[in-house]
Amino acid sequence: MQNLIYLIPLLPFLAFVAIVLLLNRNSRLSALTAIVAIGISWVISWGTAAVAITTEHFYDQPIVLPLISIPTGTTALSVGFTVDSLTAIMLFMVPFVCLMIFIYSWGYMGIGKPALPTLGRKQSHGEGGNGGHDDEEHGGHGKGKGWPAGPENVDPMASRFFAYVSLFATGMLGLVLADSMVLLFIFWEIMGLCSYLLISFWFARKYDDPDRITPKKAGFKAFITTRIGDAIMFIGMMILYAAAAFLTDGQAGLTFSALFTPEVLEGLQTLTVLGVSIATLTAILIFWGAIGKSAQFPLHVWLPDAMEGPTPVSALIHAATMVSAGVYLIIRMYPLMIAGSTPALNFIGIIGAFTALFAAIIAVTQTDIKRVLAFSTISQLGYMFAALGIGAYVAAVFHLITHAFFKALLFLGSGSVIHGMEHGEHHAHEHGHHEVAGFDPNDMRYMGGLRHRMRGTFVAFLIGGLSLAGFPLITAGFWSKDEILSEAWYSFLHGDANSTIALIVFIGLALGAFLTAFYTWRQISMTFLGKPRTESAESASESSKSMVVPLLILAAFALLLGYAGVSEEFPIIGPILNNPLHHMLGEFAEMLEIHAETIPFDPAPVLISILAVFGGLGLSYLVYGRGGKGWQTHDQLDPLEVGFQRLRLGGVYTAAQRKFYFDELYDATFVRFSLWLSRATAWFDRTIIDGVVNAVGRFGRWVADIFARFDQSVIDGIVNGVGSLASWAGGVLRLVQTGQAQSYLLVALLTVLLLLALFFVQVIGIGIPG
Amino acid sequence: MESWILPLITLIPLLGAIVLLFIPRDREDGIKLAAIVISLIPLVLSIFLLVDYYTRYIPAGGGMQYQVTLYTIPSLNASYAMGADGLSVPLVFLTTLLTTLGLYYSRHTIKKRVKEFFFLFLLLEMGMLGVFVSLDYVLFYIFWEIGLVPMYFLIGIWGQPKDRPRYAAIKFFIYTLVGSVAMLLAILGIYFETGTFNILDAAAAQPWAGNLTVASLAFWAFMLAFMIKVPAFPFHTWLPDAHTAAPTAGSVILAGVLLKLGAYGIIRIVLPTFPTAFNHWALVIVGMGVIGIVYGAFICISQTDLKRLIAYSSVSHMGYVMLGLGAAAFGISRVQDQNVANSMAMAINGATLQMFNHGLITGGLFFLVGVIYERAHTRDMGQFGGLSAKLPYFYGIMMLVAFASLGLPGLAGFWAEFFTFRGAFDLVTVWAAIGVIGIVATAGYILYRIIQSVFLGEYDSTKVAHWTDMNNGEESHEPTDMARFEKVVMWPLVILIVLLGVFPNLLLNFFNQFATEFVRIVG
Repeated sequence: MQNLIYLIPLLPFLAFVAIVLLLNRNSRLSALTAIVAIGISWVISWGTAAVAITTEHFYDQPIVLPLISIPTGTTALSVGFTVDSLTAIMLFMVPFVCLMIFIYSWGYMGIGKPALPTLGRKQSHGEGGNGGHDDEEHGGHGKGKGWPAGPENVDPMASRFFAYVSLFATGMLGLVLADSMVLLFIFWEIMGLCSYLLISFWFARKYDDPDRITPKKAGFKAFITTRIGDAIMFIGMMILYAAAAFLTDGQAGLTFSALFTPEVLEGLQTLTVLGVSIATLTAILIFWGAIGKSAQFPLHVWLPDAMEGPTPVSALIHAATMVSAGVYLIIRMYPLMIAGSTPALNFIGIIGAFTALFAAIIAVTQTDIKRVLAFSTISQLGYMFAALGIGAYVAAVFHLITHAFFKALLFLGSGSVIHGMEHGEHHAHEHGHHEVAGFDPNDMRYMGGLRHRMRGTFVAFLIGGLSLAGFPLITAGFWSKDEILSEAWYSFLHGDANSTIALIVFIGLALGAFLTAFYTWRQISMTFLGKPRTESAESASESSKSMVVPLLILAAFALLLGYAGVSEEFPIIGPILNNPLHHMLGEFAEMLEIHAETIPFDPAPVLISILAVFGGLGLSYLVYGRGGKGWQTHDQLDPLEVGFQRLRLGGVYTAAQRKFYFDELYDATFVRFSLWLSRATAWFDRTIIDGVVNAVGRFGRWVADIFARFDQSVIDGIVNGVGSLASWAGGVLRLVQTGQAQSYLLVALLTVLLLLALFFVQVIGIGIPG
Repeated sequence: MESWILPLITLIPLLGAIVLLFIPRDREDGIKLAAIVISLIPLVLSIFLLVDYYTRYIPAGGGMQYQVTLYTIPSLNASYAMGADGLSVPLVFLTTLLTTLGLYYSRHTIKKRVKEFFFLFLLLEMGMLGVFVSLDYVLFYIFWEIGLVPMYFLIGIWGQPKDRPRYAAIKFFIYTLVGSVAMLLAILGIYFETGTFNILDAAAAQPWAGNLTVASLAFWAFMLAFMIKVPAFPFHTWLPDAHTAAPTAGSVILAGVLLKLGAYGIIRIVLPTFPTAFNHWALVIVGMGVIGIVYGAFICISQTDLKRLIAYSSVSHMGYVMLGLGAAAFGISRVQDQNVANSMAMAINGATLQMFNHGLITGGLFFLVGVIYERAHTRDMGQFGGLSAKLPYFYGIMMLVAFASLGLPGLAGFWAEFFTFRGAFDLVTVWAAIGVIGIVATAGYILYRIIQSVFLGEYDSTKVAHWTDMNNGEESHEPTDMARFEKVVMWPLVILIVLLGVFPNLLLNFFNQFATEFVRIVG
């Protein structure tokens, strides 16, 4: 039975292979294969999770499934899968959310709809890419491969899409099952690849606005930015590997169980480089991998632009799984982070808290429905890192899980909204209406009043939004966020070493909670409330069932999942619910010597949290008006911006809207420097190094010419056919110069054979001894 | 069979080349087919060697097997001695595989002077195979030189006129010859010091063990020859020119096998024969390796010619080999420590894996450059775009091979980088950390240059007006996807890249035994 676990990552991989090799011409069959594969993975995963939950003392008897053992000198590096309590919890979340997203993608990619007529036309005409200028009003839809298909047709590369997402699911499922750092890194990178492929999925897409990033560039940016983090993490992994081998006489390898023994961890703390312990050094280096993958400051710049990918991708990669992989990494490596002690944990906490607040500020000013969610994701991931920085291990896992559900829901909801808007645009277009200039189905300024036309999506999005905002008691987001805030408050009051950090974290996160509530309501009111601001919004229509049903299922989780992790100390409902999450994870954590005892209930942080939520929602309600009246037309300024301008703080608002200019800063420094360095090295290579080589060559030729002349005029005729090395070289040069390579061919063949003759003639002539 | 297999493997290409001479010049397809069929014999023999060594000798501890001494020249004490161990067996297989694929590919793409081309190609195979199995310095040197001459002609005659093939060929030839002369002197020195031309005996005798100055001279003489061949920074500038000019199959062999001759020489001769001198100079080698990695990768970012880019990427990737070997040498003085010994073994494993995998991956990349070049007759990446939609099959294969080159886990290139760095981080930490910059830069040029500009974006029909359809050789306005012969060439490489990415042990069982044994002997 346990061997079924191998199938969890294998099945989506087989789906990937099957689609790429066999099914790529049939989008329906491809989609079906992908969904069935992830569906079976989901069933096995939940079965495994159920076994884990029901088994007594599961925490100290994880399921171990070895894969291979790689020889490394006299030792070996073993690699395999394992299911422990933490993996079981991830197996509860990952495949289920993936399955929902896959089903949703069926509708999103337009499976079953007719193929693009332009494709057939283009092939028969045999002409190239930018045909179909009449489609310009559709925002470039339906131009063929590498463009979104538009609402009436199946995406011409839908098979490719399902192949990519299947491989992606393999990556994430393998990552949570990995029993060692190296296997985790392998799947980590595979996800990076898929992320690249999926973000740049519409690789031909271009926008009228030359400043707007294209999917092609966004994919590259995502890969390179995360790769910087990965490279730093790789350094950390290598140092950790070498140091652990040193401490255990090569026995440790990179498996988590072998690394996180008191022997190794204490050893890592004792070894120092330049006064820093190896534990701290590797913990911080490895954390950089998480900074890249989870888009934390200062490597956060890729995630907002990654929204150029199809929306299910945003939900899959940029909400539920890949970005959470960074958090998962730190959770998985938490014993090392603790061994890294105060400097490492403070670093994680500060980065997390700062990012949580920083990204929330930017989110307030964005108008692209998906970019708001992108910054919100960055911010929420910051919460998780902040939690880990102050030692709130269980709370971080809790928030990771609830966030995955409600953020996937929000992304899919936004995709449904965008689809609805595109339908509306199409509909308006058919009735002879032309959409306003600059119209963008992603831009919330062109929406409004969608609650009437898209009821299911509205309800789901509202639930997701309230969960994100942390609406008290009824949403999952409240419980997990409250847990983090309470822990921060508790560490502030009772922690010894890092109470200042805990206070900073608490203040950052509380402010973040306020802003989260604010921008969430802003988003809901801009999108769904008020009156439609464009033709498209007026004639938008609800998405297909395969899209709306997953939304509603996820919405149920976004409400109820929180009750799995309510602190037992919480009045009235705490003891009733009995906190199954903490029971499952607490003992596991204690075994790894992570402190995870339940903290006593304190009303202060809960009240502050509730205050922040209602404050944010209330202020947003005031600014954007009752029923979304703050937005009357699509081309007006944000009321908040108007307010800031009145206070003569318009520059602050603009700075936030421009993401505090980090893109520009990186472009002007790292990107420009790399390109300059590349040109400089290429110049150096051609001019200096090769210049020296050529100069030496010319000198040689000059010498050879003298020899040759000497040969011709002085020894002429005497030594014909008996060439010295110098004249031979001269001959080579002269022949090549005159282009008589053909005649030289014969000479050289003879030379080669002559060289060989030394052996072969004698061997054949004398016979072979022995 | 046992003792005959190595002489057989090396001789058959020569015999085949001679056979080709007797086929009339105008029977072109006959010549091509004959060459391919002949090249299958060493391929089959090398697969036998691979399986036989894996099943029979690896469980028994590996070591130098299939040893044979056919003939000894009494006056010189030089002998026709051959043998193969865990290092050479996989490389012999790599050589025969790439040769057969190269010949098969050339059957469809070489149109002029067919007889000479296939003749030279088989001769080249013989030279390369000979280097990998020679146990005698004179034999080694002769095979080394034999490999040089055919490549000179392959570049000079079958190169595209616009790529300055004559210049590139002579540069390649003279440059390598300079190294060879230095090596010849060192070989003679070893002979006078130890009285033997046998590579293993000479290593066991440890020439000039107590005299670092002389040992260093001999060390650098060998290293000059080998580093030019690898090529290591700053001796690499012949490579981009040679690659750009060479015909596709020539580039494949050049990158896939010829560069490995240099690295092989370092491992087979320099490391065991001059451990103390190598240890003394190890950081210089490590530095050259790391500079090569980073420098080569950065140059790639600004290349516009696809083939030239891949040539420079070889400079970068062979830098990993130098890093691994240099790091291992740096550990020699502390080899008594078991952890150091294991790190050394891992560094050598990484370097040898990189040799093999780079052969598969870069060989594959050069074939893929050929695919696009034969169609568009240009390699300027600015002329392409959006081919992902037009040539999905080509795109898929290129993605896989390019990402393998980038070191993506799950594909062959990853394990080479992983173990090189694992060894290097323990032995030369700071240099290794600098080398990691190369990982990021590699991602930069693979994606930014190759994938982004050739495959993504919008296809523009005005850029390349005439595409050759490789199925029938006709002109067309639209590019056509990979033809069958191109798929046949790529699939063995693709399968191996994936297989060795998922099961690195298939190769590591060969290399690790070799490396562990080497480290044990040095200690």
